[in-house]
Amino acid sequence: MAVFETLWEYKEMYLQGAGVTLLLTLCSILFGVILGFGLVFMRLSEVKSLRWLATAYIEVFRGTPLLVQLLIIYFALPIQVDKFTAGVIAVGLNSAAYLAEIFRAGIQGVDKGQVEAARSLGMTQKQTMRFIVIPQALRSVLPAIGNEFIVIIKETSIVMVIGLADLMYNADLIRTKTYQPFPSLVGAAIVYFIMTFSMSKLIGRLERKLNTNDKN
Amino acid sequence: MIKIEQLHKRFGKLHILQGVNAEIRQGEVVVVIGPSGSGKSTLLRCMNLIEEPSDGKIYFEGQCINEKAHDVNNTREKMGMVFQSFNLFPHMTVLDNITLAPIKVKGQSKSEAEQIAMNLLHKVGLSDKAHVYPSKLSGGQKQRIAIARALAMKPHVMLFDEPTSALDPEMVGEVLEVMKSLAQEGMTMVIVTHEMGFAKEVGDRILFMDGGNIVEEGTPEEVFQAPKHPRTQEFLRKVIN
Repeated sequence: MAVFETLWEYKEMYLQGAGVTLLLTLCSILFGVILGFGLVFMRLSEVKSLRWLATAYIEVFRGTPLLVQLLIIYFALPIQVDKFTAGVIAVGLNSAAYLAEIFRAGIQGVDKGQVEAARSLGMTQKQTMRFIVIPQALRSVLPAIGNEFIVIIKETSIVMVIGLADLMYNADLIRTKTYQPFPSLVGAAIVYFIMTFSMSKLIGRLERKLNTNDKN
Repeated sequence: MIKIEQLHKRFGKLHILQGVNAEIRQGEVVVVIGPSGSGKSTLLRCMNLIEEPSDGKIYFEGQCINEKAHDVNNTREKMGMVFQSFNLFPHMTVLDNITLAPIKVKGQSKSEAEQIAMNLLHKVGLSDKAHVYPSKLSGGQKQRIAIARALAMKPHVMLFDEPTSALDPEMVGEVLEVMKSLAQEGMTMVIVTHEMGFAKEVGDRILFMDGGNIVEEGTPEEVFQAPKHPRTQEFLRKVIN
């Protein structure tokens, strides 16, 4: 099959690209999760201006295309960043908005009685959040988080437009080298799929591990 | 021990508590009865400020607890609460449910907290469930664990908010049994319940609430045998038949 021949022949380029995609994904997830957590605490805070700021952030980053965000960060900002950093910032900032909404749904979905029970035992609001609310919220939104991580893997492919040599960029390079669009691009699809499928299995395993004990 | 003065609670336009005055004395078992929506649960939930009063004062051991300057968490440590819906923490084992607050709030060591927890589990008859998750327990067992969890903080008073209302009938007895033994040990208790038989047997004093206020109070004999207020008479006629 032509696809596998191409994959094999250009395995180094595919692997190298996949490595960049993977690293980009991991950095973006890390950045997005941390920022997402920050945003959700702002959104649920008592301070009105913080709430407003977080809401505005989420609306803007969900409401404009990632492509535009990436191009602004790479080309239009006064500070110069390298391609990889621009990719991480763009994908991270964007997914933080989605992750914040997922976290919020999880936190607000925790039964009010749980908070009351914890507070009635003398636990502070912080302790209640940390030991009671967040662990339960994370469990309940794990599938949604997994979904978002898979989206992140796929969306990193957008960095090809700024010339960062990720999987998509390399696959396109192979296309122009071989004049065979089908095998080169389907090859990329296969490698992306292996990554997303592994992620989905990983999350599934984590879900089962957490759920064996405490399914209500 | 607990003193309530002119307590009001409003939820938007709803005026749930309309100037309640009450006192709970050390070592007393006070049972609050009354029709649905009369404000029984709200009154109880105001006592440890899970519900914030709109107006009025609540004193606990001589201190006004609903002032801004007061440390609510410190007061709540001394007031155990048991809920209708148990509210066990589903992501923790029974033992962790009981030891979490003593360790995090009181700063007990893990081994100390676990020893106390095991004693309490023995007391509620569930020693074998220490390492089980709440989802594996029956309603009655969950509620007994919830009682043990509250007791682990060594509270000065226990508040029970309809502790048997969510239980299957055959499980009510085991929970009431635990509460009865607690009363016999001299624990100060405030109980909101629809279990009239239990109220009669265990209560030192009955408060009958209707329409956001305490309409009648007295010993179980006074309230159940010779209710004075027409609304108490009507309520008791309905529940006892």
